[in-house]
Amino acid sequence: MITHPRTEELAQAVALWIDQIRPSLDPRNAFLARVAANAMATIGREITLGPAAEAQAVRLMGEVLGTAGTHAELNAELCERIQSGEMTVETPGLLAALTVMARDQIAIDQPNYRAEGSM
Amino acid sequence: MELDVRAALARLALRLGGAGATLSEAQRLSGGASMETWAFGFDGSAGPERLILRRRSAPFDEETARSVSLATEAKLIQLTGANGARVPRVRHVCDDADGLGEAYIMVRVDGETLGRKITSDVRFDAIRPALARQCGEVLVGIHATTPPPELNLKTVDGALELDRYEEVYRATGARRPILELAFQYLRKHLPEPVEPVLLHGDFRNGNIMFDPEIGVASVLDWELAHIGDPAEDMGWICTNSWRFGRPDRPVGGFGDYADLLAGYAAAGGTSIDLGRLRFWQMLGSLRWGVMCLTMYLSWRDGVEKPVERPMIGRRVSETEADLVVLLEQGL
Repeated sequence: MITHPRTEELAQAVALWIDQIRPSLDPRNAFLARVAANAMATIGREITLGPAAEAQAVRLMGEVLGTAGTHAELNAELCERIQSGEMTVETPGLLAALTVMARDQIAIDQPNYRAEGSM
Repeated sequence: MELDVRAALARLALRLGGAGATLSEAQRLSGGASMETWAFGFDGSAGPERLILRRRSAPFDEETARSVSLATEAKLIQLTGANGARVPRVRHVCDDADGLGEAYIMVRVDGETLGRKITSDVRFDAIRPALARQCGEVLVGIHATTPPPELNLKTVDGALELDRYEEVYRATGARRPILELAFQYLRKHLPEPVEPVLLHGDFRNGNIMFDPEIGVASVLDWELAHIGDPAEDMGWICTNSWRFGRPDRPVGGFGDYADLLAGYAAAGGTSIDLGRLRFWQMLGSLRWGVMCLTMYLSWRDGVEKPVERPMIGRRVSETEADLVVLLEQGL
């Protein structure tokens, strides 16, 4: 990957520019601009945190399922086994794995979100 | 063609305020894709009036829409208000002569609806401990109202809601293991059937106007009213997505389960088990997760492409972060 500048820095540059022009916008566009700046921040986090989160999800799903595969394959199989009732909240390791995957995803999508159970 | 709302409101001022009544203000407050809210006022023969216009700005199909018509909404507000619930006072239901389409007029009430202000602003520090109990009390007035059969409100229960949201989820094509597990878990933990009652249907922090002195001032946004389990309205206000950064206070980010349930019972409501409430709370997180997916799809497949739609789609993961904890805790 090109490092000068890195992709996440491009995303950051766009987000900073959006924040600069926001005060000059009407209320509806100011709101949309804030959302757009948030989207750029999400893109930046996905670029920096996404690969490790995906690798971890592949490892965790592989352990729970006892099989190997791509993220899409493992995700689809996990969904099928839950939908069929073969896997439940009682399945050893399942909830623990899903909890880690959920934490990794929220760290990308909304790092400031305070989830159920946090004090 | 864009309807000239200001001109229509000026005519309405004459109708409601008598000859010579003049519009003193008219300002659009907010608007979703299909609904507009305007604050307006006039000086009429009986003195100044400060009002709110709520009107539908896009065509409405009651057969397929989840929401009720604005005329039904106005009727429900009047009926629940007569039954003692703190709700807006309907001033006028618009007809063809008003030229505003589907619309009604409410008396304007001052207060705060922004969820984060209720949970965190110092102005609400003194009243905050009383709010959960008041929410329980106001729900009794709503739930004890008998809606006339001609309103044709939909009746749902836990199983029907799960069917409906699972159908929507499957149709999106998304594959999310945590949502799958939540569907499965909730189906295994359906509460016993209860006598269905009138529900607000969107009873959450953000749709209630609060006053720093008196607490609950007015329950707003009635478009999702229907018939069902009284615990549904309680579970929705306890869903973490509506706690605005205060997960430690389960009721709307401002109060505790016990106060909500005690307020409900003290005002004459039936005794509701916390497990039943938490069933609906978990279903609330699942429902919001599925709604976030549909918001994304409306962007992907729709003609309009507002940037907030796919970003709401990314909020599915907040419901997953909540659901894994609820699944771990159990009901």
